[in-house]
Amino acid sequence: MQKEGSGALERVVIVGAGHAGTAAAMQLRNLGHAGPIDLVSEESEGPYHRPPLSKAWLLGKTNTAAIAFKSPEFYAENAITLHLGCRVGSIDRKVHAVQLADGRIISYDWLVLATGSRARRFPGVAVDGAGVHELRTLSQAEALRKALRPEARVLIIGAGYIGLEAAASARARGASVTIIERESRVLARVASPAISAFFETHHRGHGVQFRLNSTIAAITPGSARGWAVSFNEGGVEEFDLILVGIGAQPNQELAVECGLRCEDGILVDEQTRTSDERILAIGDCSRRPLPLYQRVGRLESVANALEQARVAAYVIRDRQPPAHEVPWFWSDQYDLKLQIAGLSFDVKHHITRGDADCSHFAVFHLNDAEQLQAVEAVNAAPEFLAGRLLIASRKPVDPEALADPGKSMKEIAA
Amino acid sequence: MPRVTYIAVTGDRKTVDAQAGESVMLTAIKNNVSGIDADCGGACACATCHVYVDSSWVHRLPPMSDMEKGMLDFAPGIKPNSRLSCQIEVNGDLDGLIVELPRTQR
Repeated sequence: MQKEGSGALERVVIVGAGHAGTAAAMQLRNLGHAGPIDLVSEESEGPYHRPPLSKAWLLGKTNTAAIAFKSPEFYAENAITLHLGCRVGSIDRKVHAVQLADGRIISYDWLVLATGSRARRFPGVAVDGAGVHELRTLSQAEALRKALRPEARVLIIGAGYIGLEAAASARARGASVTIIERESRVLARVASPAISAFFETHHRGHGVQFRLNSTIAAITPGSARGWAVSFNEGGVEEFDLILVGIGAQPNQELAVECGLRCEDGILVDEQTRTSDERILAIGDCSRRPLPLYQRVGRLESVANALEQARVAAYVIRDRQPPAHEVPWFWSDQYDLKLQIAGLSFDVKHHITRGDADCSHFAVFHLNDAEQLQAVEAVNAAPEFLAGRLLIASRKPVDPEALADPGKSMKEIAA
Repeated sequence: MPRVTYIAVTGDRKTVDAQAGESVMLTAIKNNVSGIDADCGGACACATCHVYVDSSWVHRLPPMSDMEKGMLDFAPGIKPNSRLSCQIEVNGDLDGLIVELPRTQR
């Protein structure tokens, strides 16, 4: 229900200018919000796409202008006040104001927390951007790009998306790469065993060494300028640089300090509302309902950031938000595009369609009612997109049809 | 410099200079052309940079990859002249290219 004019001159302050925060600002303008919008970012760069950092950026194939969300003029033209290089120090919920670390105070009618997540630290290893790296921001990506010389011996801790994408880029740059992972397979938290096996094989084919089921006992300065890494299962190896990619944790401190309910993420409802009716939280920092799966969870993805940003803008404009979206993710490694739709909860059957040997296949995951819960597609856009529709529709799917490449995905999804 | 013209749903035309080697999507973003969302930033993963290529240009573009074909196949409002603008690289041969923007993006 649109109530024209309601709250037209309310001031919205958005903390964080990643995908979620920036999209919220843009959506508010698209929906006709006329009040001031302040977009506050700790980073000194204007808002940019993060996914290219582990890929094109490390390969030196892109630049800041090409990964910017918008042209620099866009923000002024849309009356979005960008506060770059600014950290929010605290939130005063009583007077509806945030205080910046430099002492300035901005009052709000609506506060949107889009603070994102940060890389989990590896205990006992200090990230210095010289010998030890993490990969979340443009400046970190640039430090890693400079360090990735062709002769570099690289240790990547963690075989998740960041680790595998960086490995592919490092190999393309000519560096030698070892990945250590405490789980028995790569992508263990985000993909099914079939996909894990496929990607491990593919990386090995590109010369990546793996230490699976492996943990680090100690990291000490090496004989030359690098690091001597000893492993709990035995052995010591030397590396020139280390990339830590062991997951992310939500930036929820601001929310905790002002008393918002948090639990590994700022708790929000389906409308992105926190426990304070004037504060919304979106993107990586939020723990949100997953209506398709009757659960709550934290989703670290561009698609989630954009979905929640849209919902938040509708809530601020006092309009009915659009329907829920199916969560989705993608990852580019070598010549492979992995696209995942849905989440593999309550899965009973797995159906493979296509041929993994040709690097063109998909794995469908059905529950016991034969509803599609998730699909993982490798170089298989129709499977991914039809899968997304089928997950949203909740209608039962014929497993035999899914496994039959003679039946088009259009037919199956119709 | 090659020039690209974008026609909005409203019929408004905007002609801009493109950097050779950059995509029709990126050219739009850099020049504040609205109607191209490009949620995935040009990874051919989201189909939100959908455009309709002017009929006089359709056959002068390089062919689509399987990935682009597959992504477009399920995009809303697909027509025979649909392309993903992140997959069209602008160069001197495409000077004067005209694309129309779909209703579904803003």
